[in-house]
Amino acid sequence: MEAFTTLDAVAIPIDQPNLDTDQIIPARFLGKPREMQVGALFHDLRYAPDKSPRPDFVTNMPAFAGARIVVAERNFACGSSRENAVTVMVDNGLRAFIAPSFGDIFFNNCFQNGALPIRVDAARAAELRAMLHASPGARIRIDLASQTVVGPDGKSDRFEIDSFRKDCLLRGADEVSLTLSYDEDIKAFEARQRQEMSWL
Amino acid sequence: MAAARTMFEKIWQRHVVVDRDDGYTLLYIDRHLMHDGSAAGFAKLRERNMKLRRPDRGFATPDHYVRSDSRDVADIVDPHHRRLVEQIRTNTAESGVTLFDLGDERQGIAHVVGPEQGVTQPGLTLVCGDSHTSTHGALGALAFGIGSSEVAHVMATQCLWQRKPKAMRISVDGTLGAGITGKDVILAIIARIGTAGAVGHVIEYAGSAIRGLSIEGRLTVCNMSIEAGGKAGMVAPDDTTIAYLEGRPFAPKAAEWDKAVAFWRTVPSDEGAAFDREVSLDAATIAPMVTWGTSPEDALSITGRIPEPSTAPDAAKKDSMKRALDYMGLVPGTPLEQVPVDRVFIGSCTNSRIEDLRAAAKVAKGRKVVIPSWVVAGSGLVKKQAEAEGLDRIFVEAGFEWREPGCSMCVGMNGDTGKPQQRIASTSNRNFIGRQGPGVRTHLLSPAMAVAAAVSGHFADVRKLA
Repeated sequence: MEAFTTLDAVAIPIDQPNLDTDQIIPARFLGKPREMQVGALFHDLRYAPDKSPRPDFVTNMPAFAGARIVVAERNFACGSSRENAVTVMVDNGLRAFIAPSFGDIFFNNCFQNGALPIRVDAARAAELRAMLHASPGARIRIDLASQTVVGPDGKSDRFEIDSFRKDCLLRGADEVSLTLSYDEDIKAFEARQRQEMSWL
Repeated sequence: MAAARTMFEKIWQRHVVVDRDDGYTLLYIDRHLMHDGSAAGFAKLRERNMKLRRPDRGFATPDHYVRSDSRDVADIVDPHHRRLVEQIRTNTAESGVTLFDLGDERQGIAHVVGPEQGVTQPGLTLVCGDSHTSTHGALGALAFGIGSSEVAHVMATQCLWQRKPKAMRISVDGTLGAGITGKDVILAIIARIGTAGAVGHVIEYAGSAIRGLSIEGRLTVCNMSIEAGGKAGMVAPDDTTIAYLEGRPFAPKAAEWDKAVAFWRTVPSDEGAAFDREVSLDAATIAPMVTWGTSPEDALSITGRIPEPSTAPDAAKKDSMKRALDYMGLVPGTPLEQVPVDRVFIGSCTNSRIEDLRAAAKVAKGRKVVIPSWVVAGSGLVKKQAEAEGLDRIFVEAGFEWREPGCSMCVGMNGDTGKPQQRIASTSNRNFIGRQGPGVRTHLLSPAMAVAAAVSGHFADVRKLA
């Protein structure tokens, strides 16, 4: 997994609250190889039914080219557990998501793919989106080690992240390897459970 | 004396393998349900050259990509999707995971099959690579959905790293009116707390109206915990739960049964246990519910009217209401009962169990549908039971299509989708934009209400048809 340390990049604003993972990647693009899904990102938001790009959707605006950060509304990426919602964004260069709140499963899935979800308060998220709309192509700077996100206005906010998640992201560490280092504990648990819950 | 604990707390504590100082817990997973989409997890395991740690704890059934008009894998048109349904066979055969395959009457939607087979039990931890895993909490299990990387993690280690969520109790007290079902209860709850209302929380549904629900009704309620933003949803195991489990194929037997039941009796929350949040609803105020917008929180009583964006509390909400109404092709102020419907879908892990089909058949009996309408049973065993009771004949005589088990039109991954601008009355769980196909307008409701719409051609109050 690619480590996440700092990111200084163009950010896109997404204003809809409760933007669900069906909007990030519609179900009909699932069940295909990952490389075939890259073009499915925000598909039905980006394209009209006749397949023409909607000029008013942020990812279709040239000023936002090369964006690597999303600033979203509350409950971003709620809904289905599809991890493709993370991977399709990562494969399109988007690696950090800033929102007042997230769908729980998406939030966990980010850490499995070297992506960073950042919770900020709703007022600051709205402020950041307004700045991005006002100056398309404006950049946001994220430093995971110091847990700070600096907006286009130069204002720096500290964000919270579990030290466990932070450590794994900074090192690009894989959770399975970490878990296997606790193998003795897992075996002890299983031995105990065989006694206590023998019907399983 | 030990402090009073919630049911969630008890199950959590019982499954801690490692508690780290940084607040992370390695949690043991008792049951892992797999479906055709779990092929990604097997592939990740293979990349690492690892084997399943506990194949005896895994149960698999194809559901997302199977056709609802054929049981032959060869009929699946998309080669990638066909391969996923083939891979569940090879992956389970190689690893030793129990499979309920196409052609086996036990096949069905994973969240219907787990409880039906007695795989889901009180006091257990259960995961599946699907957000509606919250369903299984209806039997008093801690059950939640995970992504494919975590699926691979469970396959490799039988554990997951978790930060402990908070506990929330939603109490529904009083008596539900005639014709009011678990679906109406959960839609009323989501309308009340919002689709992000339970983010970061495990919900315990409590109160006399919840206790009065059958297991099927509780499964429907817990199923949509995810639509309320919850990590999981659960109901305390009681006599109803124990009676439901007795004799099921994977439920404990003989002396082990007694031992298990004694444990299950200890699972419910202790008197006086503290919850981080409490919400309560009066059962008597819940009417048959229908969603009008593109989020499950956009739910209304059937007696209501399409809302006016001008009544929204703020500009952002007003804007999102306008967008939803535009997508849904609805005019504010229109009575819900006057909104015409183009198509009906009865099925999904929310509402495809025998009780759902009985409730639907009761309304369908002696009536005729006036729009294309489907019934997709949740499992082969549900289908068989319905046929033994003659429900299939009632549906077919009323003009419904009686189809083969799977997720079908809830998510449309198998190609069962509507056409753009089609308005579908659906017993599923998500009315998201494009969920049932690009441009399709989904309205969520109960099975009985879906039949009321099917025979009326517009939304209708099932209480008037009784």
